Amino acid sequence: VSTFVLLTITGLGLGAMYFLIASGLSLIYGLMGVLNFAHGAFITFGAYAAWWVTTQVSSSVEGELLVATAFALAVGAALGAVVELVFIRPLYRRPVEQVLVTVGLALALGALVFGIWGADPKLFPVPGWMVETTTIAGANIPNDRFVEIGVATVVLIGLVAFLRYTRVGLIIRAGVENRGMVQALGVDVRRAFTFVFALGGALAALAGVLSGVYYGTVDPSRGTSLLIFAFIVVVIGGFGSIGGSAIAAVAVGLVQQYANYYAADWLDWSGAGDVAVMLLLAAVLLVRPHGLAPKVAH
Amino acid sequence: MRVKPLVVPVALLAILAVVPFLSLDLPRVLPGPLDSPGTLQLLALCLTFAGVALSYDLLFGFTGLLSFGHALYFALGVYVPAIALTKWEWSLPATLAFLAAIALVVPLALGAVSLRVGGIAFAMVTLAFAQAGNVIVQTNPRGLTGGEEGISLNVEPLPDFLVGVLNTKYLYWVALGYVVVVFVASRAAIGSSVGHVWAAIRDNEKRVEVIGLRPYPYKLVSFVLASFLAAWGGFVWLLLIGVTPEVTTATFTLTLLVMVVLGGAGTRFGALVGGFLYTLLDYRLRSLSGDERIQDLPDVLRIPLSEPLFLLGSLFIAVVFFVPGGLASLPTRLRLLYYRRTADEEAS
Repeated sequence: VSTFVLLTITGLGLGAMYFLIASGLSLIYGLMGVLNFAHGAFITFGAYAAWWVTTQVSSSVEGELLVATAFALAVGAALGAVVELVFIRPLYRRPVEQVLVTVGLALALGALVFGIWGADPKLFPVPGWMVETTTIAGANIPNDRFVEIGVATVVLIGLVAFLRYTRVGLIIRAGVENRGMVQALGVDVRRAFTFVFALGGALAALAGVLSGVYYGTVDPSRGTSLLIFAFIVVVIGGFGSIGGSAIAAVAVGLVQQYANYYAADWLDWSGAGDVAVMLLLAAVLLVRPHGLAPKVAH
Repeated sequence: MRVKPLVVPVALLAILAVVPFLSLDLPRVLPGPLDSPGTLQLLALCLTFAGVALSYDLLFGFTGLLSFGHALYFALGVYVPAIALTKWEWSLPATLAFLAAIALVVPLALGAVSLRVGGIAFAMVTLAFAQAGNVIVQTNPRGLTGGEEGISLNVEPLPDFLVGVLNTKYLYWVALGYVVVVFVASRAAIGSSVGHVWAAIRDNEKRVEVIGLRPYPYKLVSFVLASFLAAWGGFVWLLLIGVTPEVTTATFTLTLLVMVVLGGAGTRFGALVGGFLYTLLDYRLRSLSGDERIQDLPDVLRIPLSEPLFLLGSLFIAVVFFVPGGLASLPTRLRLLYYRRTADEEAS
């Protein structure tokens, strides 16, 4: 039982990161029809921005981490907004070209990270109490898992409230449902485009920071490896659905952890967890080609 | 008119075939004289990628299927023969027959599943399958794939002329033969009635359905043919370079996409030129990054300039923005520009 509890909470921690990445991707795709490959670069830049701040500021580790997170959020949002304004906006109504440009950005920015910070992982400062463990039902669980789950829960509640109760949120929800109608009613939906890109960038950067805490390091391939799972979460959860993303993120994180432990033991093969997630995606798409949730931003 | 279009490819082929006998030096483009092993290997690699890019274009440019998993089938051609020759110590004919079977069965099975969804979902499923392939290779199940290190190929079953640096010219001809096969096969497929349905699916899939054809089997044929051809490109790569897990990554598929778009999607020569030029540029930019003049620059310039992928990614973005049809559209563009100018002059 204690192993099961540990796996569950670790899976939820992983799912928390997937959710942060996937919610931005999902909103961008739902609203604009752009599959954003550059999202991985947002994650990596966010993680490195935070790491860089912690090497510049000297205070308690918690203080450093807070300042670093704020800075990473700003970097992610700025990067997202710039990408939308400079690269996506001129290509409206050419969806294939938009995807191609984000592919080019992903390659170019990925190479830039590699060039600036090198291939070796950087040690990410983690407060002592996050490394310590709490015992639940006999399982010793590292405290950082609770931080990740907590942050993702707050973001989930915040996003849902934002989409439901603010004017911008209303425009985004309406835009996901029927963009043409929103424009026809005289709303400048393009401002919402820039906004979701900035929001997605900030959330991806936050996921990058959390991944630094989770793994204890940052490395240049972090963004790409997380992005693939986030894509899977978005497809399973249904494009444009925050709730769907949350459920799918939890499912993917749990399946990955369980399969990694139980099937890997049985098959004597450490790749079982990741492959199980790929199979889950194939299975879901065959049964429900449009994902779990319909295309509505709830 | 039926014969004329073949003149250019045949002439090009004749020139490419005699390259290993020429000792021409192209100092800024190639690492050494044309007949040196280093240059021949690079050119063979360029040719291989010209072929692989064309195989990807069958899917992307000619059928309109955006796949993010083409690397998987290329990797099959690298890993399956490497495992058969090295770990199981099979003979070459048995290995090749096995690869042919695998390169048909695997895309048939995975294509049948992934083509049940369309558009972005199809792209994601192919990406997921390819990623599963990457995970399998990286985690080295039962010591088969060698994980990060790859496999050092057992060359015992190979004929002597395919082994050793001095025999690079034979490898070059193998690569050239591969491009020719891909080119001829693509040409035949695109010109056939199936190829016309592909074009129709690319342009308007709904309309094909309305006319009364099921797009699914046609798309599956495109998928299997493209994957089969890519697998043989993987085999040529295995002979040229060896086994590295790099060929299974999503980035590898993305570079194929970049090659095709760079050259011009949906045109045979575009994909060939794109694959060839991209590989050459990648190599040149790599050696450029070691150049002293670049190393002495301040960091702001040095770092981007010494990352080939940064420059190629930026070039790709520029092409998407400013030359939407890729390099293949340049002649038409220039001609249009010229006519417009002369027309303007006549008007004034």
